[in-house]
Amino acid sequence: MKIHEYQAKEILRKYGVAVPAGEMATTLEEADHAAKELFSAGNAVVVIKAQIHAGGRGKGGGVKLAKSIEQADEYSKAILGMQLVTHQTGPQGQKVQRLLIESGSAIARELYLGIVLDRASSQVVFMASQAGGMEIEEVAHKTPEAIYKEYIDPAIGFQPYQARRLAFKLGLEPAQIGEAVRFMMGLYRAFIETDSSLMEINPFITTKDGKLAALDCKINFDDNALFRHKDLKELRDLSEEDPLEVEASKFALNYIKLDGNIACMVNGAGLAMATMDIIQYAGGSPANFLDVGGGANQEQIENAFGILLSDKNVKAIFINIFGGILRVDVLATAVVAAAKKLNVKLPIVLRLEGTNVEEGRKIIEESGLKFQVGTTMKDAADLVVAAAKGVK
Amino acid sequence: MSVLVDKNTRLIVQGITGREGTFHAKGCSEYSKQFGVDIVVGGVTPGKGGTTHEGWPVFNTVEEAVKATGANATMIFVPPPAAADGILEATDAGLPLVVCITEGIPVLDMVKVWEVVKHSKSRLIGPNCPGVISPGKAKIGIMPGRIHKEGTVGIVSRSGTLTYEAVYQLTTRGIGQSTAIGIGGDPIIGTTHIDALKLLNDDPGTEAIIMIGEIGGTNEEKAAEFIKANVKKPVVGFIAGQTAPPGRRMGHAGAIISGGEGTAESKMKAMADAGIHVVKSPAEIGGMMAKVLGKA
Repeated sequence: MKIHEYQAKEILRKYGVAVPAGEMATTLEEADHAAKELFSAGNAVVVIKAQIHAGGRGKGGGVKLAKSIEQADEYSKAILGMQLVTHQTGPQGQKVQRLLIESGSAIARELYLGIVLDRASSQVVFMASQAGGMEIEEVAHKTPEAIYKEYIDPAIGFQPYQARRLAFKLGLEPAQIGEAVRFMMGLYRAFIETDSSLMEINPFITTKDGKLAALDCKINFDDNALFRHKDLKELRDLSEEDPLEVEASKFALNYIKLDGNIACMVNGAGLAMATMDIIQYAGGSPANFLDVGGGANQEQIENAFGILLSDKNVKAIFINIFGGILRVDVLATAVVAAAKKLNVKLPIVLRLEGTNVEEGRKIIEESGLKFQVGTTMKDAADLVVAAAKGVK
Repeated sequence: MSVLVDKNTRLIVQGITGREGTFHAKGCSEYSKQFGVDIVVGGVTPGKGGTTHEGWPVFNTVEEAVKATGANATMIFVPPPAAADGILEATDAGLPLVVCITEGIPVLDMVKVWEVVKHSKSRLIGPNCPGVISPGKAKIGIMPGRIHKEGTVGIVSRSGTLTYEAVYQLTTRGIGQSTAIGIGGDPIIGTTHIDALKLLNDDPGTEAIIMIGEIGGTNEEKAAEFIKANVKKPVVGFIAGQTAPPGRRMGHAGAIISGGEGTAESKMKAMADAGIHVVKSPAEIGGMMAKVLGKA
């Protein structure tokens, strides 16, 4: 789960990690009030930052520095409500519904800190780099030696000597080392205690008066751990997500919207991905990823149908089921019931295999509905691609 | 021959009294009974020790279950909040084989679990996996037994349903399987592609191998290097997620392209470079294996 920068910074504050003073605003009045407070507190510069989940906000015009309250109001007006386009939003952009109004910092150096799971070692790794403010993937790709790493023993956690080692490698001043260690230890505690899957401070800055701060912060939580973090769950901003994906998540369906016109309903994530692949291989284009899961019941499959049918691009539906936990007869009953209930007009191609497949096929045959049934995955993919193109 | 599971397996089920645990304990029992043995010897549900469930003795702890039944393997159906604890309990009881089916274990729980398991005598399969089957002998897991056929092709895969797919394509061509190992779709798993490949490579009953991967991480690339250096048996490979957009988690917690790492393209290239017969379509896995074995 992703959260906004202002929410991430609130979490950091709780762990004693230094972040610039600031407030979130959803209206121009709130933005004006927050900017006035910051100016009257003695700040020469106030930063207006668009709060969307995608990165690259600065380049897209979503971050501006104001030197007066008039300028701050002007920028707030320009940014709040804009369709912000970045390399991560896609060409349609993302509507800005929240601003972070923050005190400006006198930046001396821009560095990078990050905590992620390292899959190769099955450990959490703390990363630091002097190449702050840049795309860290690019740094990792071009100059991997510019990223310093400390692997963390899960039994004892991140240790001060590791933080110290990173701090020295970052070239911090001797007087800053103690503060940097506290900063990093706080960050690590926040990572562990919130069950994060990613925490990035980019840039991690030193100021001209020698202080340290998190100028930007990105946190992703592990979806699997949200059951033990009710408070964090509430930070979810549904307006940042695709409405169909939000709807699907209410039913615990794994759904991801794509750009094509052939909807897929599949059980199992691997087969769902492979189904997308085979649609493309057969000359079509998948409209979505959808894993109905191992224990899907009739109601859930009806819900899945509803979501697929809400995507107006969809011209045909491919149901590819290999029954393991999910029995084919259960699926077939649900598909028939849902198709009748929702009066589905779109062509549906099924491909069924696995536990209770004979019963499942019989249910489909006796349904009176005009389903096409592919005997193999390839047959079914060819049939559905033809159906989407309007070929009978 | 086969690896990991056979007629000598003595299986307990952690979470045997739950709905899924009951259904699949029966499935494993019935599958092995077709071949003259019943590998399921009991189960564990804390608080229900001393009772019987579907004829099986239920124990409060894994330790008790192992002592009473002589179990040498466990299958875990414990829900995600307690599944990591279940793996640790099985490891502590010294079970040589721990198969965790549970999906949705927090990744930081698995970081801790792996630290313990990797220093233990237990081999962990999964989590978030379908389990292991040696057709014609026995199975530990949730796969439909009837699609399998005893034979000489070993399979290792991150995905459950894609494993069934590959198995089915083989069986319908008359090609049997030695052992199919579902290693699981999570970012941290006990047995990786390389570990499974080592087992299948060393198994005299395995003549050829199917390796199925998916986007995310770099385990397939490493496995390809291993195959290039060590495996003489023919290998057919497929990677799911060729059309998956970067930065999105495709169902499996581990199936995500991030930071330019974990693309299908990179994995397929590494596998092709290692001499693996890589197919682009999941429908071609069986056909390619038939061709490789000269049975097409």
